[in-house]
Amino acid sequence: MANLSNTKNPMPVQDPNVRNKNFDEVALGYDEATAIDEAMRCLNCKNHPCMSKCPVAVNIPGFIDKIKSQDYEGAYQIISVDSSLPAVCGRVCPQESQCESACIRGIKGDPVGIGRLERFVADYHNANNTSAPAKPKAIGHKVAIVGSGPAGLTCAGDLAKLGYDVTIFEALHTAGGVLVYGIPEFRLPKAIVQKEIDTLKSLGVTLHTNVVVGRSLTIDELFEDGYEAVFIGSGAGLPMFMHIPGENLNGVYSANEFLTRINLMKAYKQSADTPIQQIHKVAVVGGGNVAMDAARCAKRLGAEEVYIVYRRSAEELPARREEVEHAEEEGIIFKYLTNPIAITANNDNTVGGMTCMRMELGEPDASGRRRPLAVEGSEFNLDVDCVIMALGTTPNPLLKSTTKGLEVDKKGCLIVNEDGLTSRNGVYAGGDAVTGAATVIKAMGAGKLGAKSIHEYLSK
Amino acid sequence: MMYQIIKRRELNPTVTLIEVDAPFVARKAEPGQFIILRVDAEGERIPLTIADYNRSKGTVTVIFQIVGATTEKLNHIPEGGYIADFVGPLGNPSELEGLKKVAVVGGGVGCAIAYPIAKKLHELGAEVHLIVGFRNKDLIILEDEYKAASSKLYFMTDDGSYGEKGLVTVPLTRLLEEGETFDEVIAIGPPIMMKAVCDLTKGYGVKTIVSMNPIMIDGTGMCGGCRLSVGGETKFACVDGPDFDGHLVDFDEAMMRSRIYKPFERHAYEEACNLFKKEVQ
Repeated sequence: MANLSNTKNPMPVQDPNVRNKNFDEVALGYDEATAIDEAMRCLNCKNHPCMSKCPVAVNIPGFIDKIKSQDYEGAYQIISVDSSLPAVCGRVCPQESQCESACIRGIKGDPVGIGRLERFVADYHNANNTSAPAKPKAIGHKVAIVGSGPAGLTCAGDLAKLGYDVTIFEALHTAGGVLVYGIPEFRLPKAIVQKEIDTLKSLGVTLHTNVVVGRSLTIDELFEDGYEAVFIGSGAGLPMFMHIPGENLNGVYSANEFLTRINLMKAYKQSADTPIQQIHKVAVVGGGNVAMDAARCAKRLGAEEVYIVYRRSAEELPARREEVEHAEEEGIIFKYLTNPIAITANNDNTVGGMTCMRMELGEPDASGRRRPLAVEGSEFNLDVDCVIMALGTTPNPLLKSTTKGLEVDKKGCLIVNEDGLTSRNGVYAGGDAVTGAATVIKAMGAGKLGAKSIHEYLSK
Repeated sequence: MMYQIIKRRELNPTVTLIEVDAPFVARKAEPGQFIILRVDAEGERIPLTIADYNRSKGTVTVIFQIVGATTEKLNHIPEGGYIADFVGPLGNPSELEGLKKVAVVGGGVGCAIAYPIAKKLHELGAEVHLIVGFRNKDLIILEDEYKAASSKLYFMTDDGSYGEKGLVTVPLTRLLEEGETFDEVIAIGPPIMMKAVCDLTKGYGVKTIVSMNPIMIDGTGMCGGCRLSVGGETKFACVDGPDFDGHLVDFDEAMMRSRIYKPFERHAYEEACNLFKKEVQ
C-alpha cells in the first residue's frame, strides 16, 4: 500500500544545543519502521527520473522495492552494483540537486528520502553482515591508483571486483582522502570510511600509505614497475586565499588546514598531539560544504560566535541544503552579501578583526549567478579572532611537473577525454584533480568511468 | 607499515641522529628535501630536513633537536625501535648544479642540513667555504663530516669555546670584504640567523638561498599552513620550496608565524617530560 503522505519522514538528529558541543554524528538514521514507511512513498513510477540524476545511476526504485519487502541485504546488493560507497553517499551526496530533485513525489510535496533510505540500507548491511566479500579470481593485470579518496577508492573497488591486481598509493598516513581529512566525524564517522577500505582490502586491493606519487615514485616508474594502467585521483590541491592584507596573520587558516587538524589529526581530542588554537569569535569565508564543515567544527571547539561570511545571498549558497539547516540550528550566524577586504592585527600579530564590505547583486556573471558588487562606503569591522578561508582550491602542480606529456588546462586541472583518459597512454584520471573542487559522488562517478575504461583498455 | 630506526646516535645533549629504514624515500631523496614523520598513532606530523641517505641500504638519516613533545617522544625510541609514519622526499631539491664557488652557512642544528648540501657541492667539484656556528663547544655536531665536505671550514661559537668567537656573519663579512666572489651563499639555520646573513649579502649583491622550515601538516600542498611571503607573493614552503631567494623572504612574518603554537608546545613538552620521568621512577 503506497504511503501518500506529502512529507518526508524526518531524520532523527541529535539536539542542536547538545550536538554543537560534541563530534558525534548529527543525523541518527531511520529505524526499520520509518525506513519501510518512507520506502512506501516511492510509487515506482515508470521512467525512474531519479536514476537519471544519479551520477552513478544507482537502481533507486529497485533497492527501495527491496526495503518495502524488508529484504535489506537484497537492497544493499542492488546499490552495490553501481556504488562502492553506499554508507558514504547516503550521508554526503547532495540529494536535493540529484536523485531527489527528479522524484515525482517532489512535485506536490517532499520527494522520497532516497539518501536517507540508502543510508539505512548501508548501515543495516554494516551492522548485520560480517562476512568479508570473497576475493575475485585474479586475471593477472596490475593497475596503480594514485590517491585513496572517493575517486580512487571507487576505481580500485570496481577493478578489484573484475580480478585486477590493484595497488593504491596514498600520500597521507591514513587512507580515505577528503573523506577523512575534510569531512568531519559528525557528518561522516571515520569508522564507516575504514569499513569501506577494509572491504577493498578483502577484495585483494593493496594499500600503500605515506607514498607521494610525483615525489617518492613517478608515474613513469609505476609503468617500469609493471603496472599496466594508472588512475589518478589525487584530489583538489592547494587552498586558495583572497590576497587581502593580513591573510598571513596567526589565526588565519585555510579550511583545509583547519579541517585537517581536526579531522585527520584529531586536534579536538585530548590524546592527540596536534595543536589547534583556542578560538572565540570565528569568521568562515565562503558558502560551500567545506565552509559549513569548518564553521560547525569551530562551534564544537568552543567558539562562542561563528559567522559564515558569504558575498552572495542565501539563494546562491553552494552548500548542501541539510548542512546549511544544521549549521543554522547549531547557532552559526550567516552574514550574506558580505565580503572581507582586510584582516586586521592585534599587537602580537594575531587576528584582531576583519574589515568587510556590504555587497549587492548585479547582473548574472559567467557562472549564471548574479554578480556581487561592493556597496561603496559600507565598510564595517567584524569582531573576530580567527578567520578561516573556505574559497576552494587550485590543482596541485606536482604530477604535471613530474610526468612528461601529462597535459593540464589553463587552471591546472588534468585534461581527460570522455573515457577519463589523460594525454598519456594508459593514464586515466578523475575527481577533483580533473574537475576542480566538486562533490564526493561526482568523484565516485569518475572513478567508475576510469575503472570501466581501464578494463576496456587492458582487455584489448 | 612501520619504519625502523636502524641507527641512533646522540650528537649532543639535545640533538640526535636517526637512520630510518624507508626505501621509498631513500631511492629519491636529494639534498634540500625533507620528510614528514609521525611518532605514533596519536602523533602530530612534523617536517625534518633530510641530512643523508643511502640508496642501496634504503635508509634516510634525519637529525633533530629536542624542542617539543614530539621530538622528546622521538628521542625516547631506541635503536631498533619503530616510528609510525615516515613520508617523503618532499619539497624541491636544492639547485646545486653549475655552482663553482659557494659559501654554505649553518647555524646550530641547521648545520645538519647544511652538511648534505656542502657534501653534494663538494662532490660536484665546487669550492665550498663552510661556516658553521654553535652556541658553545659542547653543542658542536658532525665535525668530521664538515671537514670532509668543505674546501675551507670556519667554526664559530658564541662564547669562543671553540673556533672563533662570534656569529656566522663575522667570517662571511670578512670573506666578502676581502673580495671573495661567491656564485651563491646558502644559509640554513634559525630564521634570525638566515635573516642576518641575507641582510649582509644583500649589501654585496650576492645571491643567497635559504631553507625555510615553517609549521606544516601534510607537506604536499594541501593545507597552506606553511605559507610565507616571498617577494610580496604568498608561497607554500612544501611545494614551492623549501629553498627560497633569501633576499625576498619576509623573515619577520615567518618568525611570527612559527610562534603560533608556542604556549601549547611548551605545555605539551612539559607533559611529555613528566610522563617519561614517571616511567623512569
